[in-house]
Amino acid sequence: MSTMQQEAEQPVPAGAVAPADDVSLVEALRNGDEAAFTSLLDRYHALLVRLATMYVPDRAIAEEVVQETWIGVLRGIHRFEGRSSLKTWIFSILTHCAKTRGQREGRSIPFSLLWNPDTEPSEPAVEPERFRPPDDQWPGGWVSFPESWNDIPEERSLSRETLSIVRQAIEKLPPSQREVITLRDIEGWTADEVCNTLGISETNHRVLLHRARSRVRRALERYLKV
Amino acid sequence: MTLYPLTCQELVELVTEYLEGTLSPAERARFEEHLAVCPGCQIYLDQMRQTIRTVGKLTEESISSEAKQDLLQLFRDWKGV
Repeated sequence: MSTMQQEAEQPVPAGAVAPADDVSLVEALRNGDEAAFTSLLDRYHALLVRLATMYVPDRAIAEEVVQETWIGVLRGIHRFEGRSSLKTWIFSILTHCAKTRGQREGRSIPFSLLWNPDTEPSEPAVEPERFRPPDDQWPGGWVSFPESWNDIPEERSLSRETLSIVRQAIEKLPPSQREVITLRDIEGWTADEVCNTLGISETNHRVLLHRARSRVRRALERYLKV
Repeated sequence: MTLYPLTCQELVELVTEYLEGTLSPAERARFEEHLAVCPGCQIYLDQMRQTIRTVGKLTEESISSEAKQDLLQLFRDWKGV
């Protein structure tokens, strides 16, 4: 068990307000309610570990970082003012712990988050060969239309196998794309929450989301091909 | 500045912004004009929506019981302070 860390002082997004159910959760935590803490673990622990691995790729170290994060949460819970949501606050403690540890391990910011769309090679959403060439009568038009998935029965389109294909496609994504699509489309975070937590601009986040979704769509299309 | 109609190849690059609602009114009009007359892009947009829906069915793995026990112990220690 690592030693107690100093309380992290986290910047809070202006205007953010803690949701109503946060208030009772925070109260319960302060009163030492184990079920309240367990619910936080169930909800956030695995995701915290995933995000930590962006800063410290060694999984064991990432788990230590998350443990430090929970310690930071407990140490700070009495002073938590609810100016941000509990979730935002917890994840900002994570970012602080992860960056600090990352620095100690010799990395300051994950390279993936330094990624700049202006200097990175472009990545078309769909392979260029699927569109008519510039000298064609209909340049940029589909060579052949994509197949509709509407007639595929749900037993197939939402089968365990299909979900596994999608999960694999996400696991194969470059880390920054993977984390953005995970936070947005699996965890249901808003664009603002993602940008604030990862420290990236809205434009960058949108490019990453676009590329991630395009790759996953392509994997799904390949799998569902009649 | 004259805005030429979108090609399909251009449209597929704008799908995310369209779904996010971040296209300007002019860009959105161009997008929807093309969509209205192009079955291929209608299918593509639908595929993208279905992709997002399917991704949404995935869940994060849960905390291991070992990690949970460790952290609950941490919590009890903190409580005791």
